[in-house]
Amino acid sequence: MLRSSQPLTGPNRKRCREDEMLLGTVLDEGERGFIIDTRSAQAAKQARMTGGGTEPKSSYPQWRRLHRPLERGRPLQESFIKLVEACNDTSINMDRWLSRLESCRWLSHVKAALSTACLAAQCMDREEASVLVHGAEGTDTTLLVTALAQVILDPSCRTLEGFQGLLEREWIEAGHPFHLRCARSAYSHARLKQEAPLFLLFLDCVWQLSRQFPFSLEFGECLLLTLFDNAYASAYGTFLCNNEKERRVGCLCKVRESTHSFWAWLNQPGEKKKYLNPLYSHNALVIWPSVEPQSIQLWQGLFFRWIRSSQYLDEAWAETQRLVEDN
Amino acid sequence: VENVRLLDRLSSRKAALGTLYLTATHVIFVENVSETRKETWVLHSQISSIEKQATTATGCPLLIRCKNFQVIQLVIPQERDCHDVYISLIRLARPVKYEELYCFSFNPKLDKEEREQGWKLVDLNEEYNRMGIPNNYWQISDVNRDYGVCDSYPTEIYVPKSATAHIIVGSSKFRSRRRFPALSYYCKDNNASICRSSQPLSGFSARCLEDEQMLQAIRKANPGSDFIYVVDTRPKLNAMANRAAGKGYENEDNYSNIKFQFIGIENIHVMRNSLQKMLEVCELKSPSMSDFLWGLENSGWLKHIKAIMDAGIFIAKAVAEEGVSVLVHCSDGWDRTAQVCSVASLLLDPYYRTMKGFMVLIEKDWVSFGHKFNHRYGNLDGDPKEISPVIDQFIECVWQLMEQFPCAFEFNERFLIHIQHHVYSCQFGNFLCNSQKERRELKIQERTYSLWAHLWKNRCDYLNPLYRSDHCQIQGTLRPQMAPCNFLYKFWSGMYNRFEKGLHPRQSVTDYLMAVKEETQQLEEELEVLGKRLVNLQKSQLNDNKVKSKQQDRSKQLGLSISNNSLANTPQEYSNDLKSFPSRSPSQGDEEDSALILTQDNLKSSDPDLSANSDQESGVEDLSCRSPSGGGCLPSEDSGKDSDEAVFLAV
Repeated sequence: MLRSSQPLTGPNRKRCREDEMLLGTVLDEGERGFIIDTRSAQAAKQARMTGGGTEPKSSYPQWRRLHRPLERGRPLQESFIKLVEACNDTSINMDRWLSRLESCRWLSHVKAALSTACLAAQCMDREEASVLVHGAEGTDTTLLVTALAQVILDPSCRTLEGFQGLLEREWIEAGHPFHLRCARSAYSHARLKQEAPLFLLFLDCVWQLSRQFPFSLEFGECLLLTLFDNAYASAYGTFLCNNEKERRVGCLCKVRESTHSFWAWLNQPGEKKKYLNPLYSHNALVIWPSVEPQSIQLWQGLFFRWIRSSQYLDEAWAETQRLVEDN
Repeated sequence: VENVRLLDRLSSRKAALGTLYLTATHVIFVENVSETRKETWVLHSQISSIEKQATTATGCPLLIRCKNFQVIQLVIPQERDCHDVYISLIRLARPVKYEELYCFSFNPKLDKEEREQGWKLVDLNEEYNRMGIPNNYWQISDVNRDYGVCDSYPTEIYVPKSATAHIIVGSSKFRSRRRFPALSYYCKDNNASICRSSQPLSGFSARCLEDEQMLQAIRKANPGSDFIYVVDTRPKLNAMANRAAGKGYENEDNYSNIKFQFIGIENIHVMRNSLQKMLEVCELKSPSMSDFLWGLENSGWLKHIKAIMDAGIFIAKAVAEEGVSVLVHCSDGWDRTAQVCSVASLLLDPYYRTMKGFMVLIEKDWVSFGHKFNHRYGNLDGDPKEISPVIDQFIECVWQLMEQFPCAFEFNERFLIHIQHHVYSCQFGNFLCNSQKERRELKIQERTYSLWAHLWKNRCDYLNPLYRSDHCQIQGTLRPQMAPCNFLYKFWSGMYNRFEKGLHPRQSVTDYLMAVKEETQQLEEELEVLGKRLVNLQKSQLNDNKVKSKQQDRSKQLGLSISNNSLANTPQEYSNDLKSFPSRSPSQGDEEDSALILTQDNLKSSDPDLSANSDQESGVEDLSCRSPSGGGCLPSEDSGKDSDEAVFLAV
């Protein structure tokens, strides 16, 4: 699986031999690959006007392009803000709740993200074909798809250690602009242009997987909530800045020298225990989630975290842990 | 009928080819595939509707919808055969006489004594004794011993000590269907009670001294409070409309010391339509999130569930926190009243959250108090307007509570699903007819078997591993969060999509934890035994050998390694269109993206078909069969067949 940003074909359908050769080396003679473009066909076409575009069939003959539009940017942030508002609204009656939930579109985004990741996974696992994923910049929906696809495909990404590696690789090093994207969250009136909850969407999708495959992830909901917290505000430097360059060179403070690593803290034996899933059992197979609406639920643990007591659910989790530990 | 195809609604997998059988009690589809010969059994009692669809090139489609939400789509090659099957099923699914029902031919091979014992498992007298009755305030009355006062009430009814026979009879004449106020639940800690009745025949201005005295008697039976609540579970408009027909509700001016309250729960017709609409949403092919949420809201189903729950919470609060007695009624006092009283009881008393207690609760508030099982669930062919998912809603309220309080119930989701299944199956005699009187006339207890005994015998399947009777969550009153809590009400796909395996986790956490719990227990017992033996040093040499080999056998049996096989599943279709993937060379392709469909044809079938999979390693029984999604698996039921043989899988 490869990821990139959009090719700069532009309105004059420029070509780039090196780019074609690079993609050419990935595939053997007669093999085919898939390009999953996270923009709609129309949006991708329009991108040409501003210098971007798509890979033309004629120049990349072995690659089959598929469009799976995923929401990003401002509309995704709006979706998030609306959802949080709806969750906090005490005046909604039961006969308006579901349509209000629907109008936020958040769950539709979860469904779309999971479906696209599954598609990428299917291409690799079922079709045994290579996949290239890109959107426009390659820093948002692209990473969402590649990271999620790996959780689906690869059992080692489902271990606590492997998952950390996945986050480090596919989100942090890959250059997801955390500083811009996870700026103020849903309550702020600032409405920053660059803010968008892609990382939260990823965590939500992982939570859906954990619900559908309760034995297959080595970590629990607790970890996902902690990651959400730390992406926005953290005592550690792991999620600072927008990319490796800024972290090492650009930032006023050199992140590695002046801050502590979130992973280091997480992996202390005392801390680690809290994040493990007592039901975990290594599952060597691919986990294929159901993306039917009935299977996708609102992540109550996150969206109602401060609104309703989780006492009874926490007690249930503690009891589960106790049962397994006793054994 | 041969060469019939059974279609899978959700997945694009090819239909199963097999033979369709019609027996006196079941429809059975047996797959041709020789290794598995998967069977799908459907009881005629479960059939809700049969739809013959337009003939296509492949054959005549027949859609069977069941009361337990199973939907079976068959394609019968010949139109003639399809028509015959259709006509036969219509007749078989609408019995005219009770004797046609399965419970009269079902034979679990128990002797007469065992059958009797089964019926004695739940004893309501014991239950009222447990509550603390008879006492200074409440007593049993035999005024209805020959059903002379009210034919839909039981012979043994509990009333306030100060309610004489004269008062009871007088009050019954002033109540719809003569269902006078009687005791449902008594809280011995504070003497508050929940009583139930039907609507008074008050019209616009009628009064009845005895009825007013009856309510006073209820109030006096609780010295801790100087008033009682009267809760009418109907919407105010409906109740008012009833006045024009000479019925209505209690006027606070006429009845001293009552506080009257409407809690609007819609009637059986609204509920029937609501369920219908929700099932239509479930039948949508690949709905978007939008379609689903809009459809679900449009049905109003969760709104109704919440209304019933809110009513139960109100009553539980009145009893537990205010110490005030409540009289509940609706129109006839056998639908909404039953729902609301049983929800309130469940919240108040942890006993009803045990398996036995729950059976007792249903027996008390539903069976003995004359809920019209026959009319509501269509045992026999009757008026379609009487059909309504009343007990289904109650059962769902319990599930919603279980989701909010996972440690508080001794039983699990499967228990609820099986009870719902048997309300419609007519395999046991508990839920037949419309009243105790009718059941006794038909001699149900002598001619059929009790569901409770059957469930009790298999209670290991129904336990909640997280339940601990000493846990604080279990004790006392359950206090569900009030507002805001719309989000707490989830769509119950375990029930309404029960038979769609693709939607549910492959492996049940409940079953796994139960197995863990059992193993821990056995290991602890073994540890004790070993400890004792070690003490006896002289025989230790011989015993060590014996013990070692036993240990090895047991650990092989109890190995809880979750076989990787049982976790595999297959991808559903993640794309929208249904065009198949073109096999032409990529260079001929066009710019446009035609949706990629990875159909089963060009996928490698590397994942084993797990529907019939048995987990060979562990001594724990076939988990795939047990999972809630494995729906149709109700061992030792449906036929005299050995439960290990056939894995009942629907669709």
